[in-house]
Amino acid sequence: MMGALLDVENLWVKFPSRNGVFDAVRGVSFTLGRERLGIVGESGSGKSMTGRAILRLIRPPGIVEADQISLDGVDLIKLLEKDMRAVRGQRISMVMQDPKFSLNPVTTIGNQIIEAYRLHNNASKAQAYQKSLEMLEAVSIRNPERVMRAYPHEMSGGMGQRIMIAMMLIPNPEILIADEPTSALDVSVQRQVLDIMDKLVKERGMGLIFISHDLNLVADFCDRVLIMYAGRIVEVCDADKLHEAQHPYTRGLLNSLPRLDMPRERLEVLQRDPEWSVAPSVSARL
Amino acid sequence: MALVEDNNKGRPSRAPFSEWFWPAVSTALKTLGSIAVTLVGLLFVTFIIGRVMPIDPVLAIVGERASQSTYDAVYDQLGLDKPLIVQFLYYLWDVLHLDFGTSLLNARPVSEDIARVFPATLELATLGIIFGVVLGVPLGVLAAVRKGSWIDQVARVVALVGYSMPIFWLGLMGLLIFYGILGWVGGPGRVGIFYVDVVPSVTGLILVDAALDGNWDVFKNAFSHIILPASLLGYFSLAYISRMTRSFMLEQLSAEYITTARVKGMSEWNVVWKHAFKNIRVQLITVIALSYANLLEGSVLTEIIFSWPGIGSYITTALLSADMNAVLGGTVVVGLIFILLNIFSDLLYKVFDPRAK
Repeated sequence: MMGALLDVENLWVKFPSRNGVFDAVRGVSFTLGRERLGIVGESGSGKSMTGRAILRLIRPPGIVEADQISLDGVDLIKLLEKDMRAVRGQRISMVMQDPKFSLNPVTTIGNQIIEAYRLHNNASKAQAYQKSLEMLEAVSIRNPERVMRAYPHEMSGGMGQRIMIAMMLIPNPEILIADEPTSALDVSVQRQVLDIMDKLVKERGMGLIFISHDLNLVADFCDRVLIMYAGRIVEVCDADKLHEAQHPYTRGLLNSLPRLDMPRERLEVLQRDPEWSVAPSVSARL
Repeated sequence: MALVEDNNKGRPSRAPFSEWFWPAVSTALKTLGSIAVTLVGLLFVTFIIGRVMPIDPVLAIVGERASQSTYDAVYDQLGLDKPLIVQFLYYLWDVLHLDFGTSLLNARPVSEDIARVFPATLELATLGIIFGVVLGVPLGVLAAVRKGSWIDQVARVVALVGYSMPIFWLGLMGLLIFYGILGWVGGPGRVGIFYVDVVPSVTGLILVDAALDGNWDVFKNAFSHIILPASLLGYFSLAYISRMTRSFMLEQLSAEYITTARVKGMSEWNVVWKHAFKNIRVQLITVIALSYANLLEGSVLTEIIFSWPGIGSYITTALLSADMNAVLGGTVVVGLIFILLNIFSDLLYKVFDPRAK
């Protein structure tokens, strides 16, 4: 494993509310190399917030605190907003859940991709256009010229997500955060989208943070898995050793999944222990 | 490379003539048909209301001391002996020839009156809506972007005052302060007394006529007269437009594609104007068109306070003196404005929203 691309230390995301401060993420630490790192957890476990906090996309009144979020030695938490904009897209990018909502409905797909490229590259429109066509081809879009002229509502979900991947990878970032990229898609196209993403991330030697609630998918697709519960990392393990996981929460999650090779009359119900949410966060450092 | 040249505008190349021409013609015909039906319906309702009102139009013309034979002659001349539906068809026929009958009040053709009063309202309303849009839209956007900040609070108070302050009070105070005390603006009326009928009336819009004539003295004077009532009307539409803009923007700013734009590394200014604002244009058009239509209807109180000879005070005067031809004529004009603005905003929908095609 090469050196760490990203080093997150003691990350907190807080939302002040009338009844006091709500901590969505509570002291999470981990590192990311040129690998596929999965973050799994149930709804509200803070996995999405972790991804967005790295890009500093948490809007006020939300607060992000961390000892450091270090990208190649540069602490993102201390950057000015202007300098942070140069990081977004160009160095760290993100694919969101549902392309129906994450693409601008009134702008052509072509213009949205060209825009993503030209924000970080001093390229003419014609060059950016050519580059966008290549990128669309790289995500297996047939007839890219037509797609460039089309609007998002004319695309299917799978196509939309591939377009989204093309758009986010066109400035050639080092890290891609994929926030439930296949949850809104039809099961039949999930695999295809994942394969395309996997291929591109590998080719470019990128680091991938794959956020999902689908334990099987993550075990299958990632190198390493963080399991989050109530804003903390409760367990870290290699993806191929997930079945050896120790933490009762992870065990509970695994046991509540139906399996074809081990049919059971009744699946186990996850019993949550209040102690888990107060126990200290497990560090996921290399 | 030829491909790039052809496509980088991001627009589909034009389809063959036969593919777009006939659908376009059919859409245009449908639109015209719906205008016609709506207008006839509007005319019918207003006409019937006018005829069943307990007013004797003959008496209004001949006076109370006319002889029975004079009365009968006028009665026949007006066609009042015929069934209502026949009268309506006659009226419709006349309207098709732009003949709205004769005003009972001043014995002039109603169409001439409308041609005189409507431009006055048009001028005032247009300037008013320009104020409302130019100031209201940015104010609403700013209030949404800085939600909860002092700018948002100020915008809220400004709009609240605009909603709740009666215009006759604001108008009188405005006249008192800016005309009476400070002398910054002209008083009531469209131009000062020395400038009346100085420039030839081409469009009926004094500002435009003066500019066409190159007479900048008249232009300045007319502008000093229109600026106060136009600002007041503009303020009232600003209140509405800025509130609506704010809520449209808040809705868009919380959308996921905004996060996408931020992830791309776009500046907040471009996120707001290139992405969010582009998505509220369609809704905004409806709001602006409605406000404009409201102003074009003629704000009676404003017109009375500023002695503005517009369509609002014209219809009101006609109504109070039972001048039904004038009321009908005015109603048709106002109805036509609403219909036209509706069609116009529908057309813009199709331009601004690719999903509406």
